[in-house]
Amino acid sequence: MKTEPQPDLLAIDAHLVEQILVRFIRSEIGRTGFERAVFGLSGGVDSSTVAYLAAKALGPENVLAVTMPYKTSSDETIRDSQSVVDDLGFETVEVPITAQVDAYFEQFPDASQLRRANKCARERMTVLYDQSASFGGLVLGTSNKSELLLGYGTQFGDMASAINPIGDLYKTQVAELARHLEVPAAILDKPPSGDLWIGQTDEDELGFSYDEVDRLLVLLVDRRWHRGDLLAAGFDPGFVERVLEMVRRNHYKRRMPVIAKLSHRTVDRDFRYARDWGT
Amino acid sequence: MSTIESNQSEPALAADDPTPRQLTVALAQIAPALGDVAKNRRLHLQQIDQAVAAKADLVVFPELSLTGYFLRDMVTDVALERDAAELRELVEAADTTDLVMGYVERASGHRIYNAAMYAEGGTLRHVHHKVYLPTYGLFDEQRYFARGERIRAFDTQRFGRVGLLVCEDLWHLSAAAIMQAEGVEMLVCIANSPARGVAEDRPEVAETYERLCRTFAQLLGAVVVMVNRTGFEDGLCFWGGSLVAGPDGQLLGQAPLLDESLTMVTLDPRELQRQRTITPLGRDERLLITIEELQRIKRARYED
Repeated sequence: MKTEPQPDLLAIDAHLVEQILVRFIRSEIGRTGFERAVFGLSGGVDSSTVAYLAAKALGPENVLAVTMPYKTSSDETIRDSQSVVDDLGFETVEVPITAQVDAYFEQFPDASQLRRANKCARERMTVLYDQSASFGGLVLGTSNKSELLLGYGTQFGDMASAINPIGDLYKTQVAELARHLEVPAAILDKPPSGDLWIGQTDEDELGFSYDEVDRLLVLLVDRRWHRGDLLAAGFDPGFVERVLEMVRRNHYKRRMPVIAKLSHRTVDRDFRYARDWGT
Repeated sequence: MSTIESNQSEPALAADDPTPRQLTVALAQIAPALGDVAKNRRLHLQQIDQAVAAKADLVVFPELSLTGYFLRDMVTDVALERDAAELRELVEAADTTDLVMGYVERASGHRIYNAAMYAEGGTLRHVHHKVYLPTYGLFDEQRYFARGERIRAFDTQRFGRVGLLVCEDLWHLSAAAIMQAEGVEMLVCIANSPARGVAEDRPEVAETYERLCRTFAQLLGAVVVMVNRTGFEDGLCFWGGSLVAGPDGQLLGQAPLLDESLTMVTLDPRELQRQRTITPLGRDERLLITIEELQRIKRARYED
């Protein structure tokens, strides 16, 4: 596929990004009266990057890494998570989710792979929020900008968090930041995967690579290119249509539920305050 | 006691002139709490105390320093009338140093402005209402604030003729041109600029701000003081990097990126005279041509 060469549009200065994100975590956690954070560690690039940022921002003693394997989780996932924990010295807790997820699906044995994957993601969310209460820390999000824009995540599942330090970095930019933070090489080198079922990889499931889609998304979203501009630059029409449709169709995942307006002032419509109101 | 000559003259400093005193500007690069005026008031008093102890001639706080930036529906809760006790207390605390700070002003007709004030000797000297309210991209200021209608300079004891602008005002050539016509010797711009663009070792917008400040300093033959805040609001990172540019367009001092600081920068008032001798752009400015051409454009655009 021929694309307009715009390699620098995805370039980041990883040192500056680290400086900003470390302060972001510290500020957003501190202003709510907390000092600690909790996050789900999968051994992938996104959660490992968040691990290194959180350790720098809060000190490893203030961060709880929660691993939540399901029976199909790969050995690689468990091994790579352990390498991050060993490197950073976090407190960690393993909460397997097999028993509760399987108990639920005993009632619905014909449930699709998608339902099962979403259920696992939401099960992990409830574990994280419960661990957040017992550890006394806010939940850090680990969704990147590529996933958020494509809607490649589970609403109220892996997309749920209190604050998300990497949500404005495309997947390929997270990988660059991860290299700068010296995330273990085994994590950097493996293909991105939600480990949703045995052998699953993101790029097989999506049907395109993050390299390709990030180049398209940065033009579409950040540089405000239109469909015609993308086609003129040589992007495959089918690919462009598919991505545009994913971004549009999944927008609901990025928003609060729609509220039927009745009064003169409605939450999320004309009752407008910053989330950091008063802090 | 003014130590800076007006821009209409460019006297060479005679050999027997007494050496004018160096002037110290304190850049109070703070991270205000969002909507907590009481907390921000304490932060101001503490910074003013430090600036006074360091014998600063001027202490400059960022835009909306008393309230924080992303106020939205909070604007009516934090708005103060110009003679409010909260403002008077800070002005009076700064009795030995001049003071610039930002606040939300409730003016007549229940209009609410994004305001900047200049005080000296414990007295209010000037208030500027932000004229250009950004309402695009991440900004929504026109939804909450009334637009200022004046761009005017004023005289001060220590710094001569001074102009005050707020953030986006500095991005409009016309504001700088009016300040030049006003004959300002020091232009103070207070800002709340969020970081965007992280491809280089400092935010892209920090690069732009430095370019604007240095360019206007050189073109106006004036000192430009820019103070930006730090800290976060709803994920926006205010990048700090406050600076002072001299009348030759060179940086005289700069606060760190991202972190709070009280940075002292020393000015030599003689530099302004020297620079206006070397490059007397203000003297040569043809104000009447500008006015006539603008009037012609105005007739064509609005009256035909």
